[in-house]
Amino acid sequence: MSARNRELLGLIPASLLVTAGFAGVFIQRSNALSNVSLTYGALFLGLCIAAHIFIRFTLPRADPYMFPLVAVLASFGLVMVYRIDPTLARQQAQWFVLGLVLFAATIILLRDYRKLERYRYIIVLISLGLLVLPRLPGIGYSANGAYLGVRIPGLFVFQPAEFAKIGLVIFLASYLRDTRQVLVQGGHRFLGITFPPLKQFGPVVVIWGLAMATLVVLSDTGSSIMFYGGLLAMLYVATNRLSFVVIGLIAAAVGFWYLGTHIPHIHARVETWLHPLNPRLYHAPLGSYQVANSIFAQAAGGLFGQGFGQAQLTLPGGGPLLPFPQTDMIYAVITDELGLFGAVAVLITYLLFVARGFKTALLARDSFSTLLAVGLSAMFALQVFVIVGGVTRVIPLTGVTLPFISYGGSSIVANLVLLALLLLVSDRARRPE
Amino acid sequence: MNTPIARLFAVVILLFALLVFFTSRWTIFQASSLNNNTLNVRTLLDELKIKRGQILAADGTVLAKSVPAPGNTWSRTYPTGRLFSQPVGFSIAAKGEAIGLEQSAGADLRGVQTGLSSIFGQLSPRPVGDDVYTTLDSKGQRAAVQALAGMHGSVVALDPSTGAVKVMYANPGYDNNNPPKSNSTTDTTFNRVTQGHYAPGSTFKIVTATAAIDSGMYTPNSVINGNSPITVSGVPLANDGGKSWGPQTLTTAMTYSINTIFAQVAEHVGRKTMTDYMKRFGFYSKPPLDYPSFQLAISQPYVTPSRAYPPASSDEDIGRIGIGEGGVLATPLQMAMVASAVADGGTLMAPHLVDRVVDQDGRTVRTTNPTVYSHVMKPSTAAEVTKMMEKVVEEGTGTAVQLGGISVAGKTGTAQIGPNGSNLTQPAFVAFAPADHPKIAIAVMIDESNGGFGGTVAAPIAKTVLQALLADGA
Repeated sequence: MSARNRELLGLIPASLLVTAGFAGVFIQRSNALSNVSLTYGALFLGLCIAAHIFIRFTLPRADPYMFPLVAVLASFGLVMVYRIDPTLARQQAQWFVLGLVLFAATIILLRDYRKLERYRYIIVLISLGLLVLPRLPGIGYSANGAYLGVRIPGLFVFQPAEFAKIGLVIFLASYLRDTRQVLVQGGHRFLGITFPPLKQFGPVVVIWGLAMATLVVLSDTGSSIMFYGGLLAMLYVATNRLSFVVIGLIAAAVGFWYLGTHIPHIHARVETWLHPLNPRLYHAPLGSYQVANSIFAQAAGGLFGQGFGQAQLTLPGGGPLLPFPQTDMIYAVITDELGLFGAVAVLITYLLFVARGFKTALLARDSFSTLLAVGLSAMFALQVFVIVGGVTRVIPLTGVTLPFISYGGSSIVANLVLLALLLLVSDRARRPE
Repeated sequence: MNTPIARLFAVVILLFALLVFFTSRWTIFQASSLNNNTLNVRTLLDELKIKRGQILAADGTVLAKSVPAPGNTWSRTYPTGRLFSQPVGFSIAAKGEAIGLEQSAGADLRGVQTGLSSIFGQLSPRPVGDDVYTTLDSKGQRAAVQALAGMHGSVVALDPSTGAVKVMYANPGYDNNNPPKSNSTTDTTFNRVTQGHYAPGSTFKIVTATAAIDSGMYTPNSVINGNSPITVSGVPLANDGGKSWGPQTLTTAMTYSINTIFAQVAEHVGRKTMTDYMKRFGFYSKPPLDYPSFQLAISQPYVTPSRAYPPASSDEDIGRIGIGEGGVLATPLQMAMVASAVADGGTLMAPHLVDRVVDQDGRTVRTTNPTVYSHVMKPSTAAEVTKMMEKVVEEGTGTAVQLGGISVAGKTGTAQIGPNGSNLTQPAFVAFAPADHPKIAIAVMIDESNGGFGGTVAAPIAKTVLQALLADGA
């Protein structure tokens, strides 16, 4: 079977899922199976088939599993967001359409994505500029002490970090392709550890120092962890030097320890992470209420969950029982309604997508492509880890979106662009010589 | 670059395994402790969505029902309010507060919500609980309210052959539609019937007489010297009015409630045997009532109101205990159980409030089968104690309860409370009727009277309630 036919077959589960999911939500809501659920399923299937045909013509050899996996995640996300708030789901569907347009534009404009290397310094400057935007007066805004978004009044709201992550990966892939040999050979051994040569490593340190500083200023710890982890992953793959990663991790540990103890907003996050069930923290403003109710919601789900639409999200008198259910806390809602089984199924879907990304990196024939695929895949995996880890109390909770599932236009659009880049790399890698 | 990529993927798998592990930790391993955490309001909110079943009196009068509340939830109202608030209690699901039957029958009222949980949610969209039919008699309950006429005290009536609670009323009570935030002298959730500690006074002589006769040490015709005063535990004990009765039978001593005779009998029977019979009657443990345990008090001798004597302690004044003094404290429910055991031929049936549980389709889910709590005495002893108690009503201290054609067996009690020389008493009356085939055992205990006696204050109340219950065909 050809790759594209496999992709087409892979879309069937996604369509079934979205139809069954909407049916479930409708039954729960009105005790009647509305044909709207079928309409939603059909529309979504139509969009996916359109995208599939587009890939068939433009990238015939690209990995056949990535798009269906994204379709499964996106359709599942659409159902979850619909169940939380139908209005948001309609917007989410519109963002998905816009995302597909940008997805197509990326594929058409960057058919030879390697030309991106030429613009790497422009790209990195734009990315850093994007990161600073939320701090600019007038258009920036903050939530929970972190500066995450940009609001153009009356037009739209977007989270620049979602796009900056792609730009930073492109820059690093290109820069490391140039310098990886020097980084390995020019290293100095000291105390049995290989330290990278400062000259070539310098720009990486400077730019990442800037990125980190920006993030500290923005207090966006989640993105900070994601970017730093992505940098280390790419550095490791480029140099095959574990010592670089160890040095990086120690530096990060010291940095996060310092931030965790010296920046009140981050320190509070750490406290609520360690003691969410402490009544004093629970009742404090911006305290552990969110984290505690996240694990309470998961406990309510148990092994199989309470069923679609059964999770309790609001208090009877109004006010949230589970704050931010459609964004930060959507994984807790999934666990509440579909249980451990549903949650693990979602995680496995993400893992399969990441596996396909790494597979693409393995197949790629030039270092830039490999590093690009590794960086995008690792960043994607880390984003899932940071938010799900926060919700499940593996790490302190920080606000990043759950890719393709959380409500949020920037996230959907940026991750569809990320998918387009991976498919471009994959198509080139699988082209016969 | 292949090896680092493979290793990197292994790290990603490890990180995801960590996510799965932590998700399992909350959903499985620590789920029950999280679900029961006091900060977690989910269980309470789930409760609000359940339409709890009704609580009904034996005649079908609705005592508690669910009414729709905003947000797809339900709240409770109690059409009979104060009349039945002590047995019914109240439930405020949003606060997780419940007492009375609302608490103890909560599982039935909620029903078993095992709705098949699936991707489509629970198959039964609106969970509904079962109805609980109680053994309570509306007419008897109303009669108790009228008869008490605002006096502070308790009335409790049982069916001796089954243990069914027919009447449970205490004043002051409260309106369970609007439970008091803190108890006051006019509004209290404190249920005197099951929680109130009264000095049983001479009503306790039923217990002493049972121990004396059933142990074989005395018969109703045993003659004991009834002179007054005598020294009991080193302190003089006098009869009512200081009267010296001379040698009298145990029956006469019961009829006229001669303290000195019963004190001697109790001392002679001894701590060990007395304690044994008290335990058989239900003293020394919480009554086996289907009612919240925290609303049940233990009847037994107390050193202070909060510190009990160990059973058969050598420190206790068994002579005074034998006449219902000496620190012995009993709930009205306990004294009704004493009457019930004698009435039922010596067998004490476990008291119960729930008669049956009926689901929304009218099917009976569960019926309470009468169960024996203990065999207190031989049937012959019961017959002899009954005769002695009949005499009390026929010609002794309890004539006020005479019901004309129906013979009543009873015992008065008038405990002195307050400092020496004060006139304050706790009048009590314990009885069952008809004496030959008992249908009702009753205990009436009044908190405080200024010089009133069990025979003058408590017995008329018992009479009114007995009349209402017997006329109702109980």
